[in-house]
Amino acid sequence: MEFFVQILINGLNIGFLYGLAAMGFVMIFKSSSVLNFAHGELLAFGAFFFLTLVSAAKLPLPVAFMGALALCFALGFVVERIFLRPLIGEPLIYVIMLTVGLASIFKGLMLLVWGGNLYMFPPILPAKLSITFAGITIPPVYLLSTSIGILFLIFFGLFFKYSSQGIYMRSVADNQSAALSLGVHVRRVFALSWAIAALVAGMSGIVLGIINGVNVHDLSSIGLKVFPVVILGGLDSIGGAILGGVIIGLLESFTGGYLSASLKDVVPYMALIVILIIRPYGLFGLVEIERV
Amino acid sequence: MNDKPLLQVNNISVVYADVIQVLKGVSLAVKRHQIVSLLGSNGAGKTTSLKAISGLLKPENGKVTEGTILYNGDNIQNKAPEDITRKGIIQVLEGRQPFKYLTIEENLRVGTATRWGKPYREDLDMIYEYFPALVPRRKSMAGYCSGGELQMLVMGRALMAHPDLLLLDEPSLGLAPLVVKEIFKIIKQINEEQGTTIILVEQNANMALQIAHFGYVMENGKIVMEGESKELKENPDVKDFYLGMGTRGDTNSYRDVKAYKRRKRWL
Repeated sequence: MEFFVQILINGLNIGFLYGLAAMGFVMIFKSSSVLNFAHGELLAFGAFFFLTLVSAAKLPLPVAFMGALALCFALGFVVERIFLRPLIGEPLIYVIMLTVGLASIFKGLMLLVWGGNLYMFPPILPAKLSITFAGITIPPVYLLSTSIGILFLIFFGLFFKYSSQGIYMRSVADNQSAALSLGVHVRRVFALSWAIAALVAGMSGIVLGIINGVNVHDLSSIGLKVFPVVILGGLDSIGGAILGGVIIGLLESFTGGYLSASLKDVVPYMALIVILIIRPYGLFGLVEIERV
Repeated sequence: MNDKPLLQVNNISVVYADVIQVLKGVSLAVKRHQIVSLLGSNGAGKTTSLKAISGLLKPENGKVTEGTILYNGDNIQNKAPEDITRKGIIQVLEGRQPFKYLTIEENLRVGTATRWGKPYREDLDMIYEYFPALVPRRKSMAGYCSGGELQMLVMGRALMAHPDLLLLDEPSLGLAPLVVKEIFKIIKQINEEQGTTIILVEQNANMALQIAHFGYVMENGKIVMEGESKELKENPDVKDFYLGMGTRGDTNSYRDVKAYKRRKRWL
């Protein structure tokens, strides 16, 4: 029983992290219908920014954390400004191919600056914050990632549903020319969505780095893990991203725990296929409205 | 001051993708608080004229290559749509283009983009007064609404921006005659109550000339006729091609009629 609960907690935690990573991905998709293949690299950038600020610049933790997030936000903004803005109005596939190229450039850049080693953060959260009951220990970083996941979910859920900026962002994704005709600042919406997405990705990168250490290859491969998560949850649903993340996280951790560690990476994709057969738009995805 | 037109389009030419010329020297003048209708067959250049005014040519790779567009005395040709909308020009696109996945109310809220941060509750109430049919649907997704409801929605959405100049592109397209009548009644009401200046592009010349003060007829990217709505309604050529009241029998195009006054306006 203890083993089961421990696996459950691990799965939930890793799931929330996947969900958090996927949330940024969904945000870009929601406002511009672009699938961002460079998402894993944005995530890794977050972890490396934090690492540099904490270890090299020796800044206090909260300052380093905020600083890393600010850098991520700025990075998203700059990426949109330099690479994506010239492609506004071009076919989507061009933009998607551009993100594939960006992924390679980013990865190369990170390897150049930080190398391919595994770095560890200095101990960040005091161990006494961990919770122990009935023989099960929940490390504080798990609590941290789960609460960040829930907070972001609530915040962005409300943002897209009720705030004017959120509604403008959704309108651009829905019908760009109609949004333009009403004076929605489409370029600003794209810049904002990339900036927020990079921030959220960077945040999940930092938390993943705290758990597993920071390595370019490991972190950027999470970018691929995001695909089953968002397809499962529905490409355009923030809540779906979190739930998809949790499902994939649980599947991985239970497969690893009870079946075999080598099957861990396969089972989520099998589940994905089954769910897509039953619900082609994902669990919470919007069904294409076609007027005939 | 008020005699000066709100919008003055002077002899503009529009080219798409650097090669396809659609407008060849179009000139229009739109006086404040008037409804001006722009009539003509498919491909005459009506929609392109509207897009040249609203700046929406740019995202479609179109450009005003000659002439000027003056709005309130400011030169606005080839400006970005977000700058033009902020001056008070809002276009309602052809074929109703709702945000399908947003609710009716969220759609209306997008109309506040040019006035972001200002209160909008009263405007919502005003829109629901003009279009009571939208009230029961306010929480439903726009993609599931009927054509008539969508036309009301896109017009309401544009009104949320408090436009001084509203560009309406074929509001009657594909709607039942009774709904069309209702829509036109509301257009007239908006013009009278809000003082909104309106350019109305229409195929339904009969309805358009009933509510418009002034009209232009376009063919092949040029203005071929203009006049007060009353005059246009009585014009035998307009009667023939646009009002279906012809007496000449087998005439399908202005080319069949020698009496048709073809002219190009030059300033």
